[in-house]
Parts: sequence; structure tokens; C-alpha cells
Amino acid sequence: MSAPTPFTARVRRAVRDGHLHEAIGRATGQLEARRGAAFASLEQAELVRDRARHARLHALGRLDAMLETFERRLTENGVRVHWARDADEACRIVARLARERGLRRAVKAKSMLSEEIRLNPALEAAGVQVVETDLGEYVVQLADDRPSHIILPILHLTKEDVGRVMERRLAVPFTPRPAELCRVARERLRGDFLAADLGISGANFGVAETGTICLVSNEGNIRMGTTLPRVHVALLGIEKLVPTLADLDAMLKVLARSATGQKITVYTSLIHGPRRTPDEIAPEEVHVVLLDHGRAATLAGEEAEILACIRCGACLNACPVFRAIGGHAYGTVYPGPLGSVLTPALRGLPEWRELPEASSLCGACREVCPVRIDLPRMLLGLRARGVARHGAPLRLRLAMRAFALLATRPRWLRLARRIGGALARRFARDGWLRRAPGLLAGWTAHRDLPAPARRSFDDWWEERRRGRA
Amino acid sequence: MAGGPSASPPQRVQLFRTCLVNDFLPEAGIAAVGLLERAGCEVEVPRGQTCCGQPAWNAGFREEARAVARHALAGLARTEGPVVIPSGSCADMLVHQTAELFRGDAEWSATARAVAARCVELTAFLAGRVASPPSGTAKPAASRVKTAYHPSCHLLRGLGVREEPLRLLAAVPSLEQVPLAAPEECCGFGGAFSVGQPDLSGAMLERKCAAIEASGADVVASCDAGCVLHLAGGLRRRGSRVRVVHVAQLLDGGAA
Repeated sequence: MSAPTPFTARVRRAVRDGHLHEAIGRATGQLEARRGAAFASLEQAELVRDRARHARLHALGRLDAMLETFERRLTENGVRVHWARDADEACRIVARLARERGLRRAVKAKSMLSEEIRLNPALEAAGVQVVETDLGEYVVQLADDRPSHIILPILHLTKEDVGRVMERRLAVPFTPRPAELCRVARERLRGDFLAADLGISGANFGVAETGTICLVSNEGNIRMGTTLPRVHVALLGIEKLVPTLADLDAMLKVLARSATGQKITVYTSLIHGPRRTPDEIAPEEVHVVLLDHGRAATLAGEEAEILACIRCGACLNACPVFRAIGGHAYGTVYPGPLGSVLTPALRGLPEWRELPEASSLCGACREVCPVRIDLPRMLLGLRARGVARHGAPLRLRLAMRAFALLATRPRWLRLARRIGGALARRFARDGWLRRAPGLLAGWTAHRDLPAPARRSFDDWWEERRRGRA
Repeated sequence: MAGGPSASPPQRVQLFRTCLVNDFLPEAGIAAVGLLERAGCEVEVPRGQTCCGQPAWNAGFREEARAVARHALAGLARTEGPVVIPSGSCADMLVHQTAELFRGDAEWSATARAVAARCVELTAFLAGRVASPPSGTAKPAASRVKTAYHPSCHLLRGLGVREEPLRLLAAVPSLEQVPLAAPEECCGFGGAFSVGQPDLSGAMLERKCAAIEASGADVVASCDAGCVLHLAGGLRRRGSRVRVVHVAQLLDGGAA
């Protein structure tokens, strides 16, 4: 066997990590059950899904015009709009806003986009202290860890793990009780909220016709982080638009159900701009950073459909591969089936070819996706592009050549079968092999390999036909 | 198998036996022929069959996949009547994937569509023909064989065939169905995936084998030879005594 790549090494470690499996198994199982129940309570759920899909595809289909409308409405609402071509530019924009205004203390909502552009280190380098205020992200930050799931950042940790992190970093007595852990975090964060002069968030959706920034949460941290500080900066990928508020209704119905099995999240914020009167509790300034970072190119390519993703995480929870390895092993910001398409689409296929390979194409992701994204189709497409443009290992190429040669020449195939079958049966016991050479060694690493049957179906059929004749 | 021939003249069907059934699980093909004939069909097996091309398609080798798919489609296009396939994943390949494979090729995509319209998976075909309830009376519970059904992914989510195999199995008096935990989770076969990603595939297989052993089943049945061989190889490696068969074998009464 060839040396394991970093990805296969991570996979190997993850599949053997019993602690990880316990944490993931419990959470994904519960989420799946809750998602099912939440959709069962939605009237005409399939139609709502269609509506949500259509809203996203409609926005993507005319994204230029949508973005122009969105920018115009935002500006009319008093929001300042910034365009960022890539991660560096986005980070520079936020750092500059902070520097020009003398902002030093930021509270941050959970935002995968900020992970994607690695905003926290950039701001810290610019002298801005950043505190994550989503409970999961708060623990990630304390532990100097990385989120392992796009909705539940600490899916890979048990409550005991969280207790130990807080004990170590906050010097509080160890407890595994969630209520107690929440209380500790809430008390600490309260001071951070009150002291902050900069609030940073992502956005779940932008509504083009009204210039609305929509943010959902369950902890109230986003409501506080986008109202208390003097300045609010919202980061949006350019793909995150829906045309109208009526479309947003469909999106919210499917998002909460898919992400956490709720009918609606505890908080839904619709932000329209800075404060208009001095006594209004809202920031003095609201900024929106619209980020491309590979999205425009993706929209023009074969994986455009992945841009309709609403980041609900349902495909992660349903994916048997994610369940086997968790989020970290993928080595990307966006793990799971969505990430295995999005990452090579945004960041380039050569570096990320292993991700689309790491799927059995079982289709569970497509089945649960609230906007019906055909993930398996794109995983297959990426594999094919990888082979066509960037080649494949010689052993695999030869095997595929041989396959195409034999499977188009029935007589040769019969002969090959006779020789291969006889050979396999020589080494088999009761018709099974424990070890096999070449590519098949991957199979026999974990299961026995059957030798071909002595009499094939075709042999049987031929004998039967002759017997009748 | 209940039902019996209908009054109308026998329907001619083409059996696309699939490469895995031909080479590794001929019993399943033989059972399929028996089931189809008893359901009033005249079975033909088009000559020169090899494979549908799925191994290359899944691995991203489109040229090779097209070559093999052309061979399969040409052979089937020469025949008439429904093409019955004892495999959910090969049926999905012919029903859905070949159209994508030949996108932009007018001639072959037309052939692919014409063949796709005739293709049907074995249990979906049988369930559509067998209208009457089973004639035999149920055996006492103690003597029935505990059977778990493993729904293969492409049959379930590709073709949307969920209830048919279960309904057919429920009509076999000698079987008692037992539920599996997380029944619709993939067994980790995935064709080339099982060879190319052994650690991932092995971890998925382990979960499935554990669920099978916990179910108390004597026999596990699936509609895909790929899953059957994968599960059988995995259970055998674990030293399990659970037998794995194709659903057709149980319906035909040969394996129970």
C-alpha cells in the first residue's frame, strides 16, 4: 500500500476514536429524529421545500441584478456596503473599519464565513480583541480548537469535555452539568457584550427587495451582539440572497427544521440599518461585507447548484461518512457532503480531490437537503473532472482500461473470468479469500472476498436452454 | 411466490442479469428467472451481456463508462419488453445515470432514454404483477426464519423503491421479519469506494454488521448483489453465523 495522505491518516485516526463516535452518534441520531418530526408538523412540507429551492435558484440565476438591488436597498437603509474579492480583502476591510473608528473589543456571532476567511487571527493581529459569543464557538475559542460542525461547533465534545475546558481556562470548578456550564458562560459573556464596541456577525439570508439582513439564533447572543455595540459588521457570501420577504418565510420554515428540528428558532433578527433616533437601541453604524472568494467562478461552473446551500447541516447529520469520522477529519471549514462539493468548487479541485472520493454515493444527503441539492451528481462530476484534468493513479487507470476492454468483449470477459475464477478458487477456503493483491487489498483489509462462482449464471442459462432445445 | 400466471398471454421480459449476479451470485439470477416465470413471464436473457458500466462511472472514468454503457445499451435496444434487473444500483445506473453519462450526445442519449423507460428493478416489477395475497398459511412463529431486510441505497433513494421488497417478503409464510437499527444507513459498499476508501467503508460496514447481529436475524436479504457480497464478507470476517442472500432467493423459497 502507498503511504497514507494527510486526509487518509486523519480518517484512519477518526474511525478508531471511540470517544468521538460516542459524541457524534448521540448528537446526529437525535438531530435526525428531531428533523423528521419537525417536518412532519409542516403542512405541505414538500411544497415549502420546492418554494425554498426555487427562491434560492431564482436568486442565483440572476445574481448580478439581485446584488445590485440588494446594495441599493442597503444603502437607502443607511447601511454601508463593502465588496471583497477574497478572504484577505474581507479581513482588511473589517480591520480597517475597526482601526479608523478606534474599535478594540469585538463580540462575534457564529459565522462559518468568518471561519472561511480566518477573520479572528486577522483582527487580533490588528489589535482587536475578539470574543466568540455562541456557546459552542465560545468553547471552541477557549479550547483553541476548531468547529467540527457548521451548526453545532462542538459536536465532537461531550459535556464532560466542555466542563474540563471551562475548568482549565476559566478557573471554575469542574462540572458536567449543561445548565451550570451555560450559567458560567452567560455570566462571562454579559460583561463582554456590555464592553464591546464592535459586533460581528454572518448572515443567514439577505433579502434583495428590502435590503434585509436575516439572522437566526437560539441563545440571544446575536440579538445582543448586533444591537449593543456601536458598530455592527455583517459578513455575507454573495450567494446568500433570496428575492423577497415572502421567500424568506419559506427559507426560515425549512432552515430551523433542518438544522435543529425546531419549527422556528428562538430569535429571528431582521436588520434594516443603523439607529434612526438617538433612543433607539441599535448600532450607530451598520456595515455589510459582500464576499466573493471563489463564488462567482463556482456560479459559472458545474457545481453552481451548491451555492443554493443554506448551511443547515442536515446533510452532515445524515451522512454515514460524517458519522464515521466527524467534522475535523475533512480538514476543511465546511465538512460533510456539502463541504466535499463546496470546498473543491471554491478552493480548487487538485488540492481537494480526496473529498469527493470519500463518499459511497448513498444519497442520504440529497434526501434530507431542504433545497434538494443533488450532491451525489456533483460528487460524481468532481471525480470525473479530477480524472480527466488531473489524472489518476496508474494502477486505477490500468484497471479501468482493462474493465472497458473486457466489458465490451463478452468472449474475452468469459475467458478472463474462467482464468481469474480458477486462480481465486485455488487460494480460497469455502469459496472465500482472506487476502487479495493489488487494488483488492482494500477490500480484504476489512472483509472476506468471495471467489467467483464455479458455474456462472450464463453457464446455467446456456445449459438450461440446451436442455430444452 | 403467490399470484400465479394471469389469464393474459405470457409477457416477454428481458433479464439484465448484472455482472455481480452472473459471476458471484448466480443463485439470485436463477431465483429471479423462477419468480418471473411463475409470475407469468417469458424470460429472455439477451446475449453478450457484461456490465452496465457503473464501476467506471462511479470512479469518474467517463470514457470507459461510456464504452461499457454503449455495449449494454446496444444489446438491450435490440430487444423488446420490460428489462428486469435484479439490482437496485444497476437499475438506477440504466434508469438515471446513463442519461447524464451521454449528456450532449444526441444519438446515445436517445438510446439511453429509450432503454431507461423499459428498465425496472426485479422486486418493483414483481410487486406490480402479484396482486393476490399469499395462498400459503403462516407457519408457527417458532419455525419461521428471522429475516432482516437491508434496503440498498440506490434502490431506496435512487429509484424510490421502499415498500415493495418488504411487501413481497411479508407474503412468504416461512419468514419472520425483524427490524434493523438505522435500517436506511448505507452499508459502506459503494462499489470502488469499498476498495479505494477501505477505512471509511470498513467503519460503515462495522456499524451495519453490529446492527445486523443485534437484530437477532438468521438471514439478511438485500436487492443488490454488491451489498449482499459486502455484508457477507464483513459478517464472515467477524465470524458471524448470519447468512446473507438476495431477496429473490428468499422469495423463490430457495434460501429460507
